[in-house]
Amino acid sequence: MSGVRVLVGTKKGAFILTADGARDAWSVDGPHFGGWEIYHLKGSPADPNRIYASQSSGWFGQVVQRSDDGGKHWEAVGNEFAYVGGPETHQWYDGTPRPWEFTRVWHLEPSLADPEVVYAGVQDAALFRSDDGGEHWNELAGLRAHRTGSAWQPGAGGLCLHTILLDPTGGEKIFTAISSAGVFGSDDGGAHFAPKNVGLSSEYLPDPDAEIGHCVHRIAQHPARPEVLYMQKHWDVMRSDDGGEHWHEVSGNLPSDFGFCIDVNANDPETIYVVPITSDSLHYPPEGRLRVWRSRTAGDEWEELGRGLPDKDCYVDVLRDAMAVDQLDPCGIYFGTTGGQVYGSPDGGDTWQAIVRDLPAVLSVEVQSLA
Amino acid sequence: MIRVVLPAHLRTLAGLEGEVCCAPLAETIEGVLDALEDRYPVLRGTIRDHASKARRPFIRFFACEEDLSHEPVEGLLPDAVRQGREPLIVLGAIAGG
Repeated sequence: MSGVRVLVGTKKGAFILTADGARDAWSVDGPHFGGWEIYHLKGSPADPNRIYASQSSGWFGQVVQRSDDGGKHWEAVGNEFAYVGGPETHQWYDGTPRPWEFTRVWHLEPSLADPEVVYAGVQDAALFRSDDGGEHWNELAGLRAHRTGSAWQPGAGGLCLHTILLDPTGGEKIFTAISSAGVFGSDDGGAHFAPKNVGLSSEYLPDPDAEIGHCVHRIAQHPARPEVLYMQKHWDVMRSDDGGEHWHEVSGNLPSDFGFCIDVNANDPETIYVVPITSDSLHYPPEGRLRVWRSRTAGDEWEELGRGLPDKDCYVDVLRDAMAVDQLDPCGIYFGTTGGQVYGSPDGGDTWQAIVRDLPAVLSVEVQSLA
Repeated sequence: MIRVVLPAHLRTLAGLEGEVCCAPLAETIEGVLDALEDRYPVLRGTIRDHASKARRPFIRFFACEEDLSHEPVEGLLPDAVRQGREPLIVLGAIAGG
């Protein structure tokens, strides 16, 4: 019988949740790397036993861990992320220049085809690639070298590259998203990048329609429709139907279009999910009711999903990398909260259960569908 | 042998328990860290920067009831440390909750 493995990164370690295809009975394994911040774990689509994990600490810096047995055992691999080329400074919060400084890996994106190839999105915003299973990392410097690189500014969480979408057709396209510079796309495997922010509007910018500076929280894509991209921006839920060349708002009837995460149902490229958050100053659900909102129309028309979720007194947040979907039918949806709960829905969002309730604050959730 | 005490998280990372013994020739902080990283490569980058070798901001070096964090890393360690009577303590600064 098929099953799923949910990889949970938290403020104090990693946890691995497993269930069979029914997804109604779960086992919880962890913490792995107890006491460390685990910003992200992700398994290789080409080899589900290969998992990469970003382990970091304000004291001890960055460690990258690799497992070849589905998370039972781990091996520390390379942790040297050296910037090459590019501008000497970016902008600080007050607009003054600040030297680039590596802080941590926010996101690890394994190649769709080769378990040895993995990309890392880091703070300060840069994209790295390893061709040897994480032992050595090389910057794809064409991103920061874009003529706007010296003007990028951090969002509240830092100047972080948090989203990496690899080409599901096997081609050379890469999309990245940076808070708060925006979306950048490459057509040549990461050698060169260009901003993909036309149609975004952000009131906190001197020029709301500027080429860069947009605080994109997350972008998502369905492999069957690679030209369609979905975005949860700081404010606004957006869609592009032309590979990021133009964006238009699809917030529709959402109770708030502020939020962090967004994802796409594995079985329907037009069914998408967000978790509305009250505002940029109130990082919790409207009225203390934790709700996922689903659109079956690729945005604009949304329905509230709450069966099994807290109806009151809930003041947690759901961060940008903390929602994921499995590949089963019906599609399973999963998300983690800053209150340490991980919720799962085995039926595309119709009903929810807390898989686990008392973990440290959840930073990321990924899912592997196992044969 | 020079004795080194590591923070709990780094002992776990390196698969160690208790104090670490370094090579007898390591008579400076720089030499101790070189020896540590040679023996335990996983510690590279966790105490000092890979390239610049600068101490990470929240790491401190104590020995013989003195704070050596801002002393030149190429300077001789105190006699008691070099003779193995006192440890070099690598400490994570107290910060956060």
